[in-house]
Amino acid sequence: MRLRIYVTLKPGVLDPQGKAIEHALAGLGFQGVAGARVGKLIELDVTDGTADADVEAMCRQLLANTVIENYRIERA
Amino acid sequence: MKTAVIVFPGSNCDRDIAVALERVTGRAPAMVWHRDTDLPQDVGLVAVPGGFSYGDYLRSGAMAARSPIMRAVASGAERGLPVLGVCNGFQVLTEAGLLPGALMRNAGLNFVCRDVSLTVDNAQSAFTSRYTAGEQVVFPVAHHDGNYVADAETLDRLEGEGRVAFRYAEPINGSARDIAGVLSARGNVLGLMPHPERRVEPAHGGDDGRRLFEGLLETVGA
Repeated sequence: MRLRIYVTLKPGVLDPQGKAIEHALAGLGFQGVAGARVGKLIELDVTDGTADADVEAMCRQLLANTVIENYRIERA
Repeated sequence: MKTAVIVFPGSNCDRDIAVALERVTGRAPAMVWHRDTDLPQDVGLVAVPGGFSYGDYLRSGAMAARSPIMRAVASGAERGLPVLGVCNGFQVLTEAGLLPGALMRNAGLNFVCRDVSLTVDNAQSAFTSRYTAGEQVVFPVAHHDGNYVADAETLDRLEGEGRVAFRYAEPINGSARDIAGVLSARGNVLGLMPHPERRVEPAHGGDDGRRLFEGLLETVGA
């Protein structure tokens, strides 16, 4: 079973990479980009039937730093 | 005093901090590999050095914080063992939950590598007893992810409890409230981005960092 874990910065946490991307897009002439935020996508291949609680624990203990990041789990 | 330096794959300031510790304590520290599960007996200080542990994979310090030896470091810290994390070591200690907050990409996106002026905010800790509160010192920095982030409540608590050890005299990386180094609630864990171990003898351009190690030796015991 494949899981997709999306790790994103919490709202309000400054994202300098996102800012740089936003400015670079404007520099290329693209209008109307009001914001850019950079996150991560982590794909995990796990045994079928892996408990939700285990996946949550993986996210909290390693995949995301919950001081600054949120995560969302998607079952592919 | 017996000391230990933790070595991860990708550590690169482990030797620098070992030399500084040996100069001040008169004994070479034990170099402890990340896969070890125990610290040597009777160590009075553990140093988590700078570098790029695990190539900064996932997040700076994230993988190192979950390595076997860090369980021993965490339980030592819980018992009151002094733990010093410098640069990547600071990142490791926040990732391990031994210090609050997180270290993010520098606000200017640049790797900052130069001498910086710091203000000593708390001169009462085991790490800063040889400094004077409000004193300015110069330590080198060399980091890409030194932008200290925590929520306002945490920052207020750190300031209220005197847990900001050092601040940048002027902003260099976007750190909240110019925080350069923070102490644990009990005061026995210090993490800081600047490198005191690279400033311990006149040939380094100054020796402001030496007093951090001397103070530790004095407060932690010979």
